[in-house]
Amino acid sequence: MRYRFKSISALAAVLALSVTVAAGCATSAASTLKPPEAGAAVPKSVGKGEGTLNLIAWEGYAQPQWVKPFEQSTGCRVNAKYAGSSSEMVSLMANGGGHQYDLVSASGDADLRLIYGGDVRPININLIPSWKQFRPFLKSPSFNTIGGKHYGVSYEFGPNVLLYSTKAFKHAPNSWSVLYSKKYKGQITVPDNPIQIADAALYLEKAKPSLKITDPYELTQPQFNAAVSLLKSEHPLVKKYWALASQEISLFQSKTTVVGAAWPYQTNTLKANHVAVADTIPKEGATGWADTWMLATNAPHPNCAYKWMQWVTTPKVQAQEADYFGETPANTQACSYMNKISKGSCAAYHANAPQAYFKTIKFWKTPLAQCGNGKNDCVPFQNWASAWTQITS
Amino acid sequence: MSATTEQTPLRPAPAGAGLSRTLWRHPWLRGIATLSPPLAWFLVIYLASLVVMLLTAFWTVNPFTNQLQHSFSTANFSALFTGTYLTIILRTVLMAAAVTVTDAVVALPFAYFMARVASTRTQRILFTAIMLPLWASYLARVYAWIVILQKGGVLSWSFQQLGLGAVNIGYTNIAMWIVFSYIWLPFMLVPVFGAIERIPNSLLEASGDLGARNWRTLRSVLLPLALPGIVAGSIFTFSLTLGDFITPLLVGGTNSQLIGDVIYSNIGTADNLPFAATLALVPIAIMIAYLGGARALGAFEAL
Repeated sequence: MRYRFKSISALAAVLALSVTVAAGCATSAASTLKPPEAGAAVPKSVGKGEGTLNLIAWEGYAQPQWVKPFEQSTGCRVNAKYAGSSSEMVSLMANGGGHQYDLVSASGDADLRLIYGGDVRPININLIPSWKQFRPFLKSPSFNTIGGKHYGVSYEFGPNVLLYSTKAFKHAPNSWSVLYSKKYKGQITVPDNPIQIADAALYLEKAKPSLKITDPYELTQPQFNAAVSLLKSEHPLVKKYWALASQEISLFQSKTTVVGAAWPYQTNTLKANHVAVADTIPKEGATGWADTWMLATNAPHPNCAYKWMQWVTTPKVQAQEADYFGETPANTQACSYMNKISKGSCAAYHANAPQAYFKTIKFWKTPLAQCGNGKNDCVPFQNWASAWTQITS
Repeated sequence: MSATTEQTPLRPAPAGAGLSRTLWRHPWLRGIATLSPPLAWFLVIYLASLVVMLLTAFWTVNPFTNQLQHSFSTANFSALFTGTYLTIILRTVLMAAAVTVTDAVVALPFAYFMARVASTRTQRILFTAIMLPLWASYLARVYAWIVILQKGGVLSWSFQQLGLGAVNIGYTNIAMWIVFSYIWLPFMLVPVFGAIERIPNSLLEASGDLGARNWRTLRSVLLPLALPGIVAGSIFTFSLTLGDFITPLLVGGTNSQLIGDVIYSNIGTADNLPFAATLALVPIAIMIAYLGGARALGAFEAL
């Protein structure tokens, strides 16, 4: 699912892990539409800290800048295990890790698997005061809140933007169609990630209304096939499917590519290096990712976990994280702190953008067979992954 | 001479003496004690994990819940023999073969020079030069090649300076072939060097005495004697290319997926361990066939 490698070193760290083929035992719970832990009790107040907190996190999500003050004020010593992909997070939580870890910083594409797998349990959102300062669409998003139960608290997010060279484009392109245009043959780059099929579906939603796509992550077989064949037609135009953010940066730096799908991080890094680029969210909207700190069902240190969720949602930590990782904070009050850390970073990461901007973002979620229409006829993620292999090889 | 009677020592035997005496009296016990830790390692860690992988290949993942289903199914194997995966397997084997041939062609004259022409001092310097890249990180070396091969990179710039026009081979299968050939070259050079060094001078002299020209000596004496070394080296270059997934990821283009990449994406992104296990059996099967052929050529005598 989601890769979070910005640099070689991060990839190197994951290499060792990825070689290990875990002969997994079957995970818990059967496929019911009701989360197994939905009835679990939530605490009314946060008690005394247990002295330790164990996290599963993206690399960069437990930096000393905000971990040290947290440890000093709460007495909870933080141990973080970094995961390289959403799937790794899910298997760490599912395969016996549930008794060891307290919180996981899961992305939207992993959330539903964790919730329906019974690996995470509801929290009392009223114990997280900063939650009231969140952007409305991140307070109770469908990827972490089900039936009014919050399975964690939103953290940071970012859109997948259309990155382009301002030398090749006089005006900002206003449609994703440039990625499927022969005009830019050999100068296009897109992420090497099956979730990219959703980007094609998002484009088709407007470009081919006859397909009746309503949600790019809930595709019936004919809709899915249309997206896949669009991506297959894009294949000869693509120069490189990028796996690391640093690859896309070097592709634009060397002027090998002039247009592609990217994160704001790439745009800002390229701009800082004086490369003539800009990014935009085209008229079709964009896909995006949002992370949630989720509480493990058998968390051994729940009080420290609540204290952590309270701490990392405060405006200052939200700003530090946004600046460190290159993403947008969920807390609306973080903007002034962002500008204090790095001037103009609030605007660069769209942290002050109007609500209309965020309405255009469709956040990642796990494509499931049961897609809300009661017919279980949507294409599940496994087929997305094998289709992606066919597209890119 | 009177028969001496054995006396029991007055001092008590040091702790552990009983054990060492037993081991001394029973050599087979010593053998077991020394061999069993590595043997246990081999059986439990290595063979058992292979067996588990083989088993996993026959399981499937439920498409609706994404959970493992522990029931026997050959669905993964029938999926393997479809167009996409056959193309990837064929591409991987061709790439491994191309890299092996390239490395053999480069290594042979180089190793010959090192073993027969160069002075001891030069030989040492060259040997260090071959080994030096192995001390640097794999990723650093691959990234260095990206800088060389990409658009406007060192290679393209040099060609332009020579008036040969720009070359733009970054992110293609050609780039992948060059990088693989570079990275695995030491693994070919060392065994070939060993094989050539072992050829007695007298054989080459005898060939000359019998009237053979240089070319004939090379073809009929040197090459056959160096062949086990080449085959031994080719085992490394072939198998290493077969299993690699980083170089295609970093320097490959849009038609550069190898078996390793598909395994990686099935573990890392698709969460489909059974199919990853099925795919992982392919390089093993290819290597078993390859090693069988190499054994017939006497490669293991040169290892």
